[in-house]
This record gives sequence, C-alpha cells and structure tokens, in this order.
Amino acid sequence: MAYTEEELKKELETKEYEYGFYTDIESDTFPKGLNEEVVIAISKKKEEPEWMTLWRLKAFKIWKEMVEPEWPNVKYEKPDFQDISYYSAPNVKPKYDSLDEVDPELLDTFNRLGISLEEQKKLAGVAVDIVMDSVSVATTFKETLAEKGIIFCSISDAIKNHPELVKKYIGTVVPQTDNFYAALNSAVFSDGSFCYIPKGVRCPMELSTYFRINQAGTGQFERTLVVADEDSYVSYLEGCTAPSRDENQLHAAVVELIALDGAEIKYSTVQNWFPGTKEGKGGVFNFVTKRGICEKNAKISWTQVETGSAVTWKYPSCILKGDNSIGEFYSVAVTNNHQQADTGTKMIHLGKNTKSTIISKGISAGHSQNSYRGLVQVGSRAENARNFSQCDSLLMGNDCGAHAFPYIEAKNKSAMIEHEATTSKIGEDQIFYCNQRGIDTEKAIALIVNGFSKEVLNKLPMEFAAEAQKLLEISLEGSVG
Amino acid sequence: MLKITNLHANIEGKEILNGINLTVNAGEVHAIMGPNGSGKSTLASVIAGKEEFEVTQGEITMDNESLEELSPEERAHKGVFLSFQYPVEIPGVSVTNFVKTAINESRKAQGLEEMSAKEMLQLLREKSELLGIDRKFLSRSLNEGFSGGEKKRNEIFQMAMLEPKLAILDETDSGLDIDALRVVANGVNTLKSKDNAVILITHYQRLLEYIVPDFVHVLYNGKIVKSGTKELALELEEKGYDWLKPETVI
Ligand SMILES: Nc1ncnc2c1ncn2[C@@H]1O[C@H](COP(=O)(O)OP(=O)(O)OP(=O)(O)O)[C@@H](O)[C@H]1O
Ligand SMILES: [Mg+2]
Repeated sequence: MAYTEEELKKELETKEYEYGFYTDIESDTFPKGLNEEVVIAISKKKEEPEWMTLWRLKAFKIWKEMVEPEWPNVKYEKPDFQDISYYSAPNVKPKYDSLDEVDPELLDTFNRLGISLEEQKKLAGVAVDIVMDSVSVATTFKETLAEKGIIFCSISDAIKNHPELVKKYIGTVVPQTDNFYAALNSAVFSDGSFCYIPKGVRCPMELSTYFRINQAGTGQFERTLVVADEDSYVSYLEGCTAPSRDENQLHAAVVELIALDGAEIKYSTVQNWFPGTKEGKGGVFNFVTKRGICEKNAKISWTQVETGSAVTWKYPSCILKGDNSIGEFYSVAVTNNHQQADTGTKMIHLGKNTKSTIISKGISAGHSQNSYRGLVQVGSRAENARNFSQCDSLLMGNDCGAHAFPYIEAKNKSAMIEHEATTSKIGEDQIFYCNQRGIDTEKAIALIVNGFSKEVLNKLPMEFAAEAQKLLEISLEGSVG
Repeated sequence: MLKITNLHANIEGKEILNGINLTVNAGEVHAIMGPNGSGKSTLASVIAGKEEFEVTQGEITMDNESLEELSPEERAHKGVFLSFQYPVEIPGVSVTNFVKTAINESRKAQGLEEMSAKEMLQLLREKSELLGIDRKFLSRSLNEGFSGGEKKRNEIFQMAMLEPKLAILDETDSGLDIDALRVVANGVNTLKSKDNAVILITHYQRLLEYIVPDFVHVLYNGKIVKSGTKELALELEEKGYDWLKPETVI
C-alpha cells in the first residue's frame, strides 16, 4: 500500500481525468456517487494545490481497499456510499422567510435552551435582515486573534493561505490509512476548521466554531486540525447545543490535535445531531475519528457531551508520546429511545511519566444501547505511566442497555493502572424522594442525571456547561413513565 | 388541617392499612407508635401520595380538600413534608442545590418568583445554625456517605428550609445520638407554631420527652387501636404492645 507521491502523480498522468470528467463542478451539489473524478472535483472546487489533491486521491485508493468495521457494538444498515452526494456548496440562500415557517417543535426546543431569536433564525435557516451582533463580535474577535498571531479559519482557507502548516501536520495523527471512515473523510472532506497557536501564546478566548458559522455550518465530512505550538494554550469548543436537523445521514469527521512541547489543548464538544424519531426512524450516523498527540510536557483534554445521533462511534484519543505528557478524557453520553452509542477513548502511553485520566458517564434510557470502549496502552519504554479510569453507567427503565469494554495492554512493569466501574439505576425511591420535596419527576430526573454527570460537566467552559445541562434534561424528557 | 377517614390501602393486593381514622388540627403534635410492620411508614407514604400504594377505601383531606387526585409533588406544594425513615442518596447533587431546587419548585407552583440568591444564603445560614450543621456539609452530595444520624439531621434541615404545614417525621429519632436528638428536637420545637402540625412516628418515649405530643396513637395491623395523651407512651414503654392486640381490645 505504500504509494509515493511520485507514483501517484505518474498514475494520474496516464489517466484522462480531464476528459473523463462527468461531474459538473459549476453546480452547487454534485450528483450522487464516489470515484476518483469526484475526489478531484472536490479538490478543484476548493481550489486546492496539487499536493492536496494527491493526498486525497491516496486516501481514496486506501479507502477503496478497506471494509467497514464490524466490531463496534451497534447495529445499523450500512450506508450506500454511491448514494451520497459528496459536495454541496454552503447554503447561502435562507430556507425560510420567517420563523413561522419553522417546525414548532424545533422552536420550542430552541426556546427552552434559551437561544435568542436572532440565533434561532440563523440556526433554523431563516432570512435575517439586520446585521447581526455576532458579525461584529466575530470581527473584533478575529482582530484580537490576529494580534497574537493566532490563525483560526476554515480548513479550506488554511490549505490556500497556510499550506506549509497544513502540509506539515495533516494526517500526522490520523493517517489516511487509519480506518475506513478516516480514509473516506481524507478523500472527500469539504468543511472544517484549522487553528494554529504560535509559541508561548495563550489564546485569550475560547475558540468556537460558532464564530465561523457563516463560513461553515456543519459539514458531513468535517476535518479539523488544531496545532498548539510550544508552550501555548488553547481551549476549543465544537458543536452546538441547538438541535441539528441535518438531512445528511452519514457524518464522518476527523479531528487531529497536535500539542507540541509544553502546550495544552482543551477540546470540548457538545453533540446534538438528530437522533431519529422515538420509533427509531432516521437519525444521523456519526462515525468520528478524533485523536491528539502530546509532545514533551504537553497536555490534551477531551471533554464531550454526546446526546444526539442515531448511531455514534467515537473514541477521542491521546498519544502520549513525549515524557511527562498528560491525556484526559471526560465524557457524558446519553442515549434514549432507539439510539446506539459506542464511545470511549484510547490512551497510548509512549513517553516516561505519562499520565492519563478517563471519566466516562453513560446514561441510557428507552430502548437504547450505550457502550463504553476504552483502551489503555503502555509501551515498553513508558516508565512510570499512570492511568485512572472510571466508567459509570446510569440506566433508566428496563429496556435499555449499558456495556463496558475496557482493554488494558501494559508492556512496562512500572505502569500503574486503576479502573473503577459502577452501574446504577434511577430508582423509584429517588424519584419519590424528590417528588415529596415538591420536585416533579421530569425535574427529578434532570437533577439526578446532572448529579451523575457532574464531574464531566464541571470540565466544560462555564457557559457551555449550563447549556449542556439543559440539553441533558431535554434529551431525557419523557424517558420515565 | 389533616383529616383521615376510614383509610384502607393495599400494596400488591395485600391490605396494609385497614380503616384508619385520624384528625390533626393546626398547632397539634401527634405521635404514632406501634410494632414493626404495623403500617406506620405506609401511612406516612400514603399521606405523601406514594403511587405504589393503592387506596381502596376512605379519604384523606387537607384543609377540607381531598388529596386523592394530587400527585406527591402537589401535596408537597400544599405543605406536606415527610422526613423519611430511610432517606435516599442522590450522588452528585449537593444538599444546597437540592434544597434550592425544592424551594423554587414549590414557589413556582405557588406562582412566586425564584428565591433570590441573597435570601437563599441567609436562610441556609440561619437554618443550618439552628440544627448545628456545618456549612461544609451543605456542599456534600445528598445523603451520600452520610452517617445514619447525619441523614436524619439533614431531613430536619430540609424541613426547616421548606417550612411545611404538616410535617411527618418517620423515626427521625432512630440513629441520632443523645446530643443530636436534643438539637433536632429543639429545631422542631422552634419551627412549631399554631399554624402547623407535626406527626411523629417513633418507637421510643425518649423523643416525646423533648417534643411533647398532644396525642399518642397506637397503630396495630393497619388500624389505630388506641389513642391517648402522652401518658399512653409511658404505658407502652412499660408494657409493650401485647396487651393491645386486637383480640384483647374489644
Ligand atoms: N413495597 C412493599 N411491598 C410489599 N409489602 C410491603 C411494602 N411496603 C410495606 N410492606 C409491608 O407493609 C407492612 C407495613 O410496613 P411499614 O413499613 O408501614 O411498617 P412500619 O410500621 O413502618 O414498621 P417499622 O416500625 O419497622 O418501621 C409490612 O408488613 C411490610 O412488609
Ligand atoms: Mg417504618
């Protein structure tokens, strides 16, 4: 499988792509189907340099040879990859003229999440006629970042404007060969973010994709690359608590984090994709590859609150390459109705004195299935590696399932690995106790669930934590009779 | 204030309460005693509206209004408070957060605004002092890892915060050491007024020395078989319950 770029180039030259081209790159949405022409067309559409096109093609070649993984503890109908359109221009035209046309249930959720009217319009795709505050906010925001030399832009812009950085780091943590969905993403990604924090700079604010909503939206195949140079710090927020009603069923994102010597990256996610109907129809398949690498004395923390998607398959991981580096994973995953989640992390200890912490909280309700899957690996040279893992499951009702698949591979005798696990059920007694104090059942569940998730919610940036709390409440509504 | 007439209640087809009559007026303290399994906690749960129990006959009214159709939380909003014999743990929810939620939910039900942070803090301070509770205790997870006595004290602390009209204390004295019993009893006495009422469920005369009841009732096999004044408790302490067996009481 070891293709060199030269070989690829040659192969390309012998084929008549230019002529065989059937995809009309002028159109805003490509016809369904995936082949090399489509990959090249995406790259063209994005006005990418040749090296990027070749990189994508290499990924595509790899992907074609791969099969979809079967090991996650989820059941779904495999997507037909020829039945998907792989490029669609950012939707500039509003879908609706006023909020009155938007699904009232969606608006109700917005209101309960405390989302302002202007934001609601933006999120639902309603035309806005006044200049929104966030635009000016975004401008001042950009200026502040620029002063510090921080680059924060779409991945497409980064490929154009900072090719040396992208070229140096893309695929270094999640190579094209990594897995089926990462390979697919590498071939066809069209959205995503890029962020670079220069040496010694502490990013003065939380970086959030929200600020680039006008450019991005949330794509089907997003690619995010965050590079924190030596001794820098950044806190990055991804996602949105507002429900995303995306027509795309398959989402396969890749996120790569690079924390150079002494750098720290905090990466927080709130995921609320459409989970399907109560009966289990529809909903997003979310197959994500997220991984970070820590050089010497570096630290990466993943914090996630996962409430959406019909099927989730996601393991934010840390490669603790440098000595004294630290990896953390804090996760709350909620499944309700017919949702299925297989999520967890991998902590790969390579350097000496590396430390990792895993706190995973799974909440299952309805007929859902919630699995934790984690790997703690300690390499032979990782003297004094330490890991602490805690996996707690909370069950609501008798029809849901919680599963844990913790794997430990230690090749160094000095490793200290601790694992704790609990499973509990929200009891009638707890609910009655709350009811007796005047707290109704819905609120009681919210209280209990928030208490259960507290250690993770505490890791989220303040404003995000409050929203995430409300989101948990809403996701579990109606889950106890 | 509370009027129970001919109350019968079942669980899983088994009759636990069979014909309870009890009237509690504002300003009164009633003690309910009786052997293990006689139905004391069941009576408390039925008043509080626990749905596992099925009321098959009779009626409970509060301020002349039937409680039948009211959910447990609605009863709580009307001022019913139950200090549990076995308080449950709620991990990750601090005592403060729990009490705050309880107070604000009740206020919401009454159409009032949420209590301001300042007022809440003041109330927390005042009531925790009254019950000799360390402020650090208030940030611990509700009942998680609390000792038996701490759980009971915390129940009374919640009662103090919520200021109910009718407080039912189910064996609040068991698990409390002598000093704690005095502190808790003193707390209950301080909160007592002519507008509220207390039902004490207990096995021991000792509590009744601190909180003096106006009436004492003996529950036996789901029925009140004898009622009297505080002297009845002394008599029970001496003689036990055997002499009150329904066969012997004609
Ligand atoms: N959920 C239940 N299912 C079946 N039986 C029950 C249930 N709850 C209570 N009982 C039964 O009802 C009877 C009365 O119980 P209750 O707890 O009211 O007694 P008590 O008077 O409070 O006793 P104690 O002094 O030991 O606290 C007991 O025989 C008990 O086993
Ligand atoms: Mg009892």
